[in-house]
Amino acid sequence: MSQGWQTGPDGAYLDHAASTPMRPEAIEAMTPFLAGCFANPSGGHAAARAAKSALEDARETVATLLGADAGEVVVTAGGTEADNLALLGAARAARARGAGNSVVTCAFEHKAVLAAAEHLEREGFSVRRIPATRGGLVDLDALAEAVDASTVAVSVMLVNNEVGTIQPLDDVAGIVRERAPAAVLHTDAVQAVPWIDVAAAAAPADLVSISAHKFGGPKGTGALVVRGGLPVEPLLEGGGQERGRRAGTVNVAGAVAMAAALRATADARDADVTRVGCLRDRLLVGLGDLVDGLVVNGDPRHKVAGSCHVGIPGVDAELLLVALDRLGVYAAAGSSCSSGAAEPSHVLLAMGVPVELARCSIRLSLGYASKEVDVDRALAAIPEAVGMLRRAA
Amino acid sequence: MSGCRVLVAMSGGVDSSVAAALLRDAGHDVTGATLRLWGGTTDSGCCSVSDVEDARRVAAQLDVPHYVFNLSDEFERVVVGPYATAHAEGRTPNPCVECNRSIKFGALLERAEALGFDAVATGHHARVEQGADGRWRLERGVDRAKDQSYVLYMLGQRELARTLLPIGALTKAQVRAEASRLGLRTAEKPESMDVCFVRREDRLRFVRDRIGARPGPVIDLQGDVVARHDGIERFTIGQRRGLGVAAGAPRYVVAVDAGRATVTIGSAADLLCNRVEVRDPRWVVSAPPPGSRVQVQTRAHGVPSDAVHRDGMVELAAPIRRVAPGQVVALYDGDVLLGGGIAA
Repeated sequence: MSQGWQTGPDGAYLDHAASTPMRPEAIEAMTPFLAGCFANPSGGHAAARAAKSALEDARETVATLLGADAGEVVVTAGGTEADNLALLGAARAARARGAGNSVVTCAFEHKAVLAAAEHLEREGFSVRRIPATRGGLVDLDALAEAVDASTVAVSVMLVNNEVGTIQPLDDVAGIVRERAPAAVLHTDAVQAVPWIDVAAAAAPADLVSISAHKFGGPKGTGALVVRGGLPVEPLLEGGGQERGRRAGTVNVAGAVAMAAALRATADARDADVTRVGCLRDRLLVGLGDLVDGLVVNGDPRHKVAGSCHVGIPGVDAELLLVALDRLGVYAAAGSSCSSGAAEPSHVLLAMGVPVELARCSIRLSLGYASKEVDVDRALAAIPEAVGMLRRAA
Repeated sequence: MSGCRVLVAMSGGVDSSVAAALLRDAGHDVTGATLRLWGGTTDSGCCSVSDVEDARRVAAQLDVPHYVFNLSDEFERVVVGPYATAHAEGRTPNPCVECNRSIKFGALLERAEALGFDAVATGHHARVEQGADGRWRLERGVDRAKDQSYVLYMLGQRELARTLLPIGALTKAQVRAEASRLGLRTAEKPESMDVCFVRREDRLRFVRDRIGARPGPVIDLQGDVVARHDGIERFTIGQRRGLGVAAGAPRYVVAVDAGRATVTIGSAADLLCNRVEVRDPRWVVSAPPPGSRVQVQTRAHGVPSDAVHRDGMVELAAPIRRVAPGQVVALYDGDVLLGGGIAA
């Protein structure tokens, strides 16, 4: 049997938008809560109090760094749960009080939002999906048309998970507040945390989702900020944890690690953005020189520092990713379905990218752990793989 | 061949699992690939998450890389769509043959070549051999009951030169024993028997959902109408059930006329034929000279019949049941596949 999982393969990892290695601070912070301080934080004894205290410290850290109060942070099992809780929970609660029946989202949201919206549709909600611009930004004119007095919830992500574009959330909020003052605004900030100050950028949103493993925390841990006691119907019923918004014993070790990772990310953010931005620019410029016909997806003026999303006409992304994997470069295309097969990216299609170009587009996502050597390797491997596949075509 | 870069098509079944294992143990540089052809998000049926997962886990156990190729658009275009259309035209298609032709030894082989692989391997029970003249041959699998050379009749020199079929030298029992010895999770997995994208009992509804029903008369060989049927897509040559006639002697479908939506029935004797017209022939090496003695096989695990090859035609030494248009007619010389075509 392979023991490769112990160290991981030693290729150039360019898939930080999928997941990041844990930051040492996070690993160090969570370790005591795996064995020593293991108790259920809901208990009444000294062991429980210790766990509870650590959990609440972590919650405060997360709240502070997200611009929220501690009581507004619900710990979830990741970004998908946070998105589901936000959309399903807020829409159901609004309908329960007779507020309205329509939900507005963007066609290029993460599947966790889109699938939750489809679920709401099956529950009788009217869902309006607005398109994105070719540059990868939410179409504000379409948003203004879609939002009206019947709207109970609007969900627009802060940073797109594929093309890395930062969305104009202030403008989105302005439209929502004007046209549907009672509507709840949710933003999926999962991809924003490593690159921008979410406390400031997501300030206009009522609900904010994050996921720990996108910024050096563990998988299976995330949070939803629920501002000001806004009613959200829980998805999980049980022992009333998280103020009745999310039942189940709280993942103390995960929450502690998430807080430590968030702190480390915030502390390093300015330096990371500068350093990784330079790496990304070197990669992009190099690819532009070495690969004929390279197309950049997403308006570069609005992209986060780690995002490099390119179309290579005539080169099937599925094949290119296999070729790159064999050359030790780990990248992604679109979103993967459960079987691992590639689908043309719904994000690119929502942006109006032709399906042929969408099938030839790959995401190279850099992160805090990226190094010069990763870019060197990518700049050697990608032209080689593209050349091989173009010769075969 | 040894030390080849081989892309093994791994379905998640025991045959392709063992194929990958044997090639790896023979010193090849093995990579696994599972094709997503159909469905895919459910946990049952073809290309299910559990089949892909089985393939992935076996590849991990063998310590070989594994990829999933999404060929569902091609599969719809070249296999599923034409399958439904053929029924509307009164033919009886063999979708596994089209999948082998266009997907496994078509799109997958192309992808493998583009990625720099030397060969594609599958878990088919058949043998690829190279003659002293350098020509490639396809021979029946050692396990006659499992032989799949019939559904590979279309492979020519170009494909065979890049194809490895390591399972063909083993019996099914040996394959399972090898899988058990290696502790592969697929060792006891049952075989799939149906067409992968539609279960036998759902076939009619599946076809009608796509092409609608073509009702019409059931006639006898004199041309007299003896019944009505609710759609020609229900019928294939040799079919006995569901004819809607209560005649004394058994009656069989002997012809389906799609143009007039007419089904012709007759006796068992009427079902026999002495010759089969073969269209769109493919030859492993070259067409056997007219007058050659061959054996003809007209179904996947059918008994071969002695015949003489004429141009575009085989003449049977003794009558056989009519072959439904659309079915494969494969020609053999003993264990060696010569090629074949589609029954007209």
